[in-house]
Amino acid sequence: MKKYLERVYNGVFKENPTLVLMLGMCPTLAVTTSGNNGLYMGLTTTVVLAASNFIISALRKSIPDKVRIPAYIVVVASLVTVVQLLLEAYLPVVNELLGIYIPLIVVNCIILGRAEAYAAKNSIGLSFFDGIGMGLGFTIALTILGSFRELLGAGTIFGLKLLDSVKGLTQALDSVEPITIFILAPGALLTMAILTAIQNKLKLPSATNGSVKNSIGCGGDCLQCHGSVCTSNREQLARKAEAVADGAGKKAAAGKAKTGKEE
Amino acid sequence: MKELIMIIVGSALVNNVVLSQFLGLCPFLGVSKKTNTAAGMGGAVIFVITVSSALCSIIYNQVLVPLNMKYLNTIVFILVIACLVQFVELVLKKYSRALYNALGVYLPLITTNCAVLGVALINVNKDYSLLKSVVNGFGTAAGFAIAIIIMAGIRERIEFNDVPKAFKGSPIVLVTASLMAIAFFGFAGLKL
Repeated sequence: MKKYLERVYNGVFKENPTLVLMLGMCPTLAVTTSGNNGLYMGLTTTVVLAASNFIISALRKSIPDKVRIPAYIVVVASLVTVVQLLLEAYLPVVNELLGIYIPLIVVNCIILGRAEAYAAKNSIGLSFFDGIGMGLGFTIALTILGSFRELLGAGTIFGLKLLDSVKGLTQALDSVEPITIFILAPGALLTMAILTAIQNKLKLPSATNGSVKNSIGCGGDCLQCHGSVCTSNREQLARKAEAVADGAGKKAAAGKAKTGKEE
Repeated sequence: MKELIMIIVGSALVNNVVLSQFLGLCPFLGVSKKTNTAAGMGGAVIFVITVSSALCSIIYNQVLVPLNMKYLNTIVFILVIACLVQFVELVLKKYSRALYNALGVYLPLITTNCAVLGVALINVNKDYSLLKSVVNGFGTAAGFAIAIIIMAGIRERIEFNDVPKAFKGSPIVLVTASLMAIAFFGFAGLKL
């Protein structure tokens, strides 16, 4: 049991996908216009992530190594379609709020990253709890970011007017206008900039200041990548293929020499 | 004709894919350190998104709709995009070495660029015809290219600036992107 709880702890605190690993920035910035949106997006992703980790871990011995990424993508895309249809049927409000960002969960790198880095190597139970932990970490981070932006940009928290709920404050703060820019697109980038700057200042662990290496195939360090990782990966693969071909060639030659001698 | 121009201006400038919809943020932040690599990435994205939105639109309208399998669109689109990127890479490698050297590096990166899938889905959601889908795809990708090239230009200059210590690295890049997003709000006033 302790092992499973450790996975959840790891996902929420130690390797929080948003705050520490800085993965899945697109949905993080796009949907966190309010606390509610962040919460819904987080929970939807959690469901997909836990289920995809579960299925991929269950199939990890039968998926051939060479086609594993396409296989993972198909699994994730199917799960996302299922979740989207369920939301359309039972929670149409959420579906409308998140719109195109629900199908785009497919390309959220947290999901493929966890599949590649964790689910493909570990047991079903552990992978499932890893998915739950990572998902919860994502949900918490998105909810905090969303609430922060909502509070500054609209003066509400989870849709409730904060300024009205505290009576004495109402009159004092009546003239306070919310900073609308925070719920608009530039506010998302600004919030993220402030967050990463604070992390730099306090030397908190984060992928953006290089103090945390994350374990997905490409390193996931989008800010420093410039596509160089892909090139080096490809070179490595080419070298490996050459080595294999060389080895096969030598073997064949050796085999031939042998048969020649025998003759 | 006027409608097509409006689609292009709308998708490239007013609703810029990176700065207002946050699609394709990873390459936008990752490949924008030098202007020429940014231009290469922009070119590759324009090429792939234009072709993929044509292909996805054809498949959606000619295969999925008649068979009543619209709900499969996410799965089909992501597979089409992944195959297309591989195919383009192979074709370029075989027939156009120069183009391959210029764009080849960026092609594998593009599969995971959510702008490609995003455009295909937006085309479907808005019920665009084939022509409009292609135009919308081109406009969106052009918007991406514009944004990433401007960003690279600014970043080359930031290199020589005295940035506060805590803001060095990604924070200043995000602040820059935020200011660019504010600037792009100006295009909302465009009237055609």
